[in-house]
Parts: sequence; structure tokens; C-alpha cells
Amino acid sequence: MLNYLLFIALPYAALAVFIIGSIFRYRFMGFKVSSLSSQFLEGKNLFWGSQPFHWGMFFLFFGHLTAFLIPRAVIAWNGDPLRLIILEVTGFAFGLSALLGILLLIFRRLTNKRLQMVTNYMDVVVYIVLLVQITSGLWVAFFNRWGSSWFASTLTPYLRSIFSFDPQVDAVSMMPLSVQIHIVSAFSIIAIIPFTRFVHFLVYPVDYLWRRYQQVIWNWDRKDIRASRKHVYGERTKNN
Amino acid sequence: MDIRSQVSMVFHLDKCIGCHTCSIACKNIWTDRKGAEYMWWNNVETKPGTGYPTKWEDQEIYKGGWEKNGDSVSLKGAGKLKGLKNIFHNPNMPSLEDYYEPWAYRYTDLFEAPEGDDQPIGRAVSLITGEPIEIQAGPNWDDDLSGTPDYARQDVNFKHLSKAEQESMFQLERMTFHYLPRICNHCLNPACVGSCPSGALYKRGEDGVVLINQERCRAWRMCVTACPYKKSYYNWNTGKSEKCVLCYPRLESGQAPACMHSCVGRIRYLGVMLYDADRIEAVASCDEAELIDRQMEIYLDPFDPAVIKAAKENGISDSTIVAAQNSPVYKFVKKWRIALPLHPEFRTIPNLFYVLPLLPAMASVSEDGVYDSLSENLLSGVEKLRVPIRYLSSLFAAGNDNKIIEVFKRLHAVRVSRRDTTVKDVTETQLNKVMSEANMDIHEANEIFRLTSLATFEERFVVPAAHREEAIEMLENTGDVKGNTGFGFKMKPERGL
Repeated sequence: MLNYLLFIALPYAALAVFIIGSIFRYRFMGFKVSSLSSQFLEGKNLFWGSQPFHWGMFFLFFGHLTAFLIPRAVIAWNGDPLRLIILEVTGFAFGLSALLGILLLIFRRLTNKRLQMVTNYMDVVVYIVLLVQITSGLWVAFFNRWGSSWFASTLTPYLRSIFSFDPQVDAVSMMPLSVQIHIVSAFSIIAIIPFTRFVHFLVYPVDYLWRRYQQVIWNWDRKDIRASRKHVYGERTKNN
Repeated sequence: MDIRSQVSMVFHLDKCIGCHTCSIACKNIWTDRKGAEYMWWNNVETKPGTGYPTKWEDQEIYKGGWEKNGDSVSLKGAGKLKGLKNIFHNPNMPSLEDYYEPWAYRYTDLFEAPEGDDQPIGRAVSLITGEPIEIQAGPNWDDDLSGTPDYARQDVNFKHLSKAEQESMFQLERMTFHYLPRICNHCLNPACVGSCPSGALYKRGEDGVVLINQERCRAWRMCVTACPYKKSYYNWNTGKSEKCVLCYPRLESGQAPACMHSCVGRIRYLGVMLYDADRIEAVASCDEAELIDRQMEIYLDPFDPAVIKAAKENGISDSTIVAAQNSPVYKFVKKWRIALPLHPEFRTIPNLFYVLPLLPAMASVSEDGVYDSLSENLLSGVEKLRVPIRYLSSLFAAGNDNKIIEVFKRLHAVRVSRRDTTVKDVTETQLNKVMSEANMDIHEANEIFRLTSLATFEERFVVPAAHREEAIEMLENTGDVKGNTGFGFKMKPERGL
């Protein structure tokens, strides 16, 4: 029963909340979509916390995504023990870097009075779930080897079953507790994205790469301003 | 030719008395809010001095502005790859310490202190943490402190001066300073816009005002670094950047911006300049020695029939063209050539021009302690000036001394000609010599004098009609917006959710 709750109900609830909540927040609360940087108030410790944490999370996310999207390729890569070790050690290193980063970020927030003024309750929740997520991930990687191989063969089918609306929980319910914690906490993170500062990674500015540097926005098309046909009722020019 | 109109400004530095009325007017309207207390969209600095934020001109520290890159320019400390690489921690961003920690006084202590032998005081408390602080700095902390080691000697512009020139600025009898009021330059090639990863910053097409869309800003903070004038500020409370909006709600309703309207010394002028947007990249990337001349070329003559025709084809309304013809900025900058942009070497093509301060330059003291304010050879030798030309040229001319001397000759000619009119102790040969050196006739001198000292409010601020009546028809069904609040935050400005 608990398995159904945690591995079927929770994922679907989390995904629904995530999708609807994020669209709502982006569409109707644009002013509240921000990374809420605190570098302005404290910059030195932030460097040592933010850089290892973010880069660690960045690569770990794409690592998990790869195992989810192309599990066969990951298993094939792991066929050679040396390559397996390289992959596992790299992943573990990024995990450690994320852990050290978040610990320093928490320390920084606890010790700096200025930062406490800009810390809200959801930030505390964010720190707790991230800590649980990273610690359980490292625990699994260390004690349940080799994650990159068994993930592709057991968890990828489970995750895919979720996304194909035919959830199969048998494999997950046999998993050790640490793995189950990791999964539950992952879906909790997805669920709270729209309610926390997590929204900022949904708006990571990749489009900057192909955008022109300069942006000029006209309130109306200046060349058409005098063409009377543009004054037809109901035809609205977009502001930007 | 892609003609656009730009609202631009002239500040007459000889008239600035450093009273900070402009800063207060701006603060009361725009930045008297939580998170914005430390921001001064308009601030007044004493030069030489370190300014606000401290040493903002030093791009070795802050990496602001553009740098020449072949036939184009690239951002110095931001940009596509550099910006996204530093998105988790921006190494060149100024922090609160570089501005100052905002504070208020606990006035209630004055009333609620228990009776005692000593006078109660209202302690300074931080507006961020609410705790008592020792005040370390303020936005005008170096006011009038010319000559002091902590402020004036740290001025970034001194690195272009020789040791002797520097020392001459610190001798008691030769010491000099002037004020430098600063707002956002609403540049033609804004580095803040180019650096914004989320595309929240943009230049308004109709009048060239540079704005930050508060709904799209994601606090990546690149604009704070990229603006070489440090006129984009990070609001620590809302998690959004903010900057001078040139009081656009006032402009749109035909009023002068608050800082300009309130200026006690009447040093400020505002008007439209027509410019050719196709030339922006070429101007921004030209050689440093040519920067000012090339920038002057980009602004077009609003009386030229070809320019008027092209402007109309581009949708610029007749009222804007008339405003450009009456623009005091056009007169100071293009016609009379006595106003220069601040730090053109940042390559943003700023639209705020300064009429240079002639007064400290002229009032050199002779051996017997007499102020020498009028002599035949006053401007014949640059070394006789009270302010080293090199200092001003590093501020206003990217190190091109000749530009400063040209402006000084013209300003000087206006003074001599006015002295001739009022005091009548100038010989004709003296007058002719000064006027011919400045390449100026008496008619032009009188015009400059008039606009400098007698101009009415309407002459100083020629605000183009915004034609909101047309804009609102184009954008909205007026029935839909009836009863809306209109301008301002539609959401409580709070951090996060």
C-alpha cells in the first residue's frame, strides 16, 4: 500500500503540481520567477559554495537523464570495467562537490545576518530536501554498487512505466531503503519546484546563446503607424 | 539609413553646485523602498574622487563596457560564453560594501531613553539587518574632499597623469574640484542590454529609454557588471535588477524627469537627437582617438531635408522632428560643440553630455596670490590651467587632450565676449583673437550665453510628444484597460513566493 502511495501516487501528484504550478507561476506571477541571488549581500563564501554545488548538480542531472533516455548505451559503456570505474568515480566526485557546496551554502546562510534577512521558509525546505537528495545519492553510489549499471536495468523501466501511464512498482519496492529515499525525495523536489526558488533552473537562459546582443522593442510598428488599416479594432500589436 | 530618435541630456558642470537636490528628487520617487535604499539612480560625485560605487570607473576591477574586437566590439566582463560560465557566481560584480550599507537612525531612542546625565542619541541601524552599525560610507561620502588621500588620490583617472600633474592637484593653493552628477546614459550601444542572459533589458524604440522588464529579470546580475557606469542596481529584496527609467511616465506625459525638473542650478537640458542606427556598430568599434568625432557623426542634422524625409519614412512623427530641431542638446553637442560624453572609451555611445567645467581651469593663482581670470594668454599654454587637461580628457575624451582644449577655447570665448558686453574692459584685439581662436562669432556667443544662463523651462526641456493616444489605440482596446491601475507593481514586491 505504502509502495503504491510513494511510487505511483506521489510521482503523478508531483508531476501534475510541477507542470500546472510552473506554468501558472511563469504565466501569472512573472515577477516572482527569479534565481534570488544573494551574491550582492555576500559574495566571497558564495563562490566556494555556489560553484561546486551548481556544477555538481548540473552534471549529475544530465547523468541521470542519460541513463533514463539511453540505458542501453550506458550498459554498453559499462561493459568494460575501467570505463565503469571512470563513470562511477566521476559521478561520485560531482556528488561530493555538490554536497560540499550545499554544506557551505547552508553554513553561509546560518552565519550571515544579512542573508537571514532574505531567507524565507521555503528556502529552508529547499536546503533540507537537497541535503537528503545528495546524501542519499552518495550513500547509494557508495554502498549499492554499481549504480550506473543497475539504474539502467531496473529504475529506467520503472521511470518509463510512470511516463507511459502504466506504472510498475515491483522493481522499486524491492530496492534498498536508501534508493527508495532517493526516489521519494527526487519526486518531492519536482513537486515543490513551483513553490520555491527552484523555478530558476526552468528559466536557464539558453536562448541567450543565439539571441542578438542588442534588443530594441517598439511599442508599435513605427513604419505602419500611419497606415490606417492598422487601426482596425481587434488587431492588437504585441508589446514585445 | 535607419533613423531613430533618442531622448538625451546635457549637464552644464560649471553650473552644478553639488546640492544633491536631483538625487533626493529621484530617491523620493523611485528608490525609497525596501531593497532599493542603497540605490541612487541619480547621484552627484566630487571629482577628483572615487565616486559611487567606489572606483566605478576602474574596469580592471569591474570589467564593465565593451572592448574593441576587430571590426566589432565584445563585452569585457560578460557576454554569451563568459556570462553563462559565470552565472552561478559573477566574479566582477560589485557587492554591498562597494556601495554602502544603507542605514536609518533610531529616532525613538531620543524620546524613550530613560532620564540620565547624558544626552540620548539616535543610533544608526542598518536598513538590511536592523542592527546597529558603524557607518563606513555613504553615496556622497567623498563630497568636497578634493585633495584627501583616501578619496581624491584614489581617483581612477589619475593613472593617466604624470606624478607632477597629480601633485599639482593636491597643493593647497592650486587644489580644484568639480561636481559630476550622473544618471543612466541610455546608451545607443548599451552594455547592460547586451549582457542580459534572460533578455529582460531592452531599449525602447520610440525614445531610446533603456528599461528592465521586471517580469523577465531572473537575477543573473550580468547587467550590474556590464554597465561601465554602474547604473544598473541589484535589488536584494525582490531579486530583480533596477535602473534609471528616465522618469518615462513623466516623459510620456510631457514632463521633465524629476532630477532635471528639480535641478536648483538649472544645469540640465533634455531634448531629442536623431541618429542613424545603422552606424552604431561602426562607431562603437572605431579607434579610441576617433571615438568622439565618430559619435558626433552618428547624430544627424534635424534641419537637413534628406534626414527629415528618411525620418518620416521610418515612422518618426512630425512632432518628434520639430522637437529635435528645438532640442537644446543638439545645440550644445552638435551645433556649438561644447558638450562631451563621459568616458566614451567604454564604447557604449552614451547619450548624456557634459559641458566642461571651465571655472576651475581658469582661476589659476599667480605667485602673488591673485586670481588670474582674464589674461591674453590664459588658454595659450595648457600647462597654465589650474586643472591638468589630461585629467579632464581622461574623463570626457578618452585621453584626447585636443578635444578638451577645443571646448575650453569656445567656453572661454563666450566669457570674454560677455565680459566685453557687460564690463567693457576687453580690447578689441583681445576679443578678436579669442573669438577667432574659438572659431566663433558674436551671434553664436550670445546664443550660447542665452541658453546657458537665461533659458526658460521650455527651452531647457524639449520633451517630444509620446503620442500615447496612438499607442494605446494600437496596444489595447481602451475599454479593456479602463479602471486598471496602470503603472507600477501589479504584485507585492516580495522575495520568492
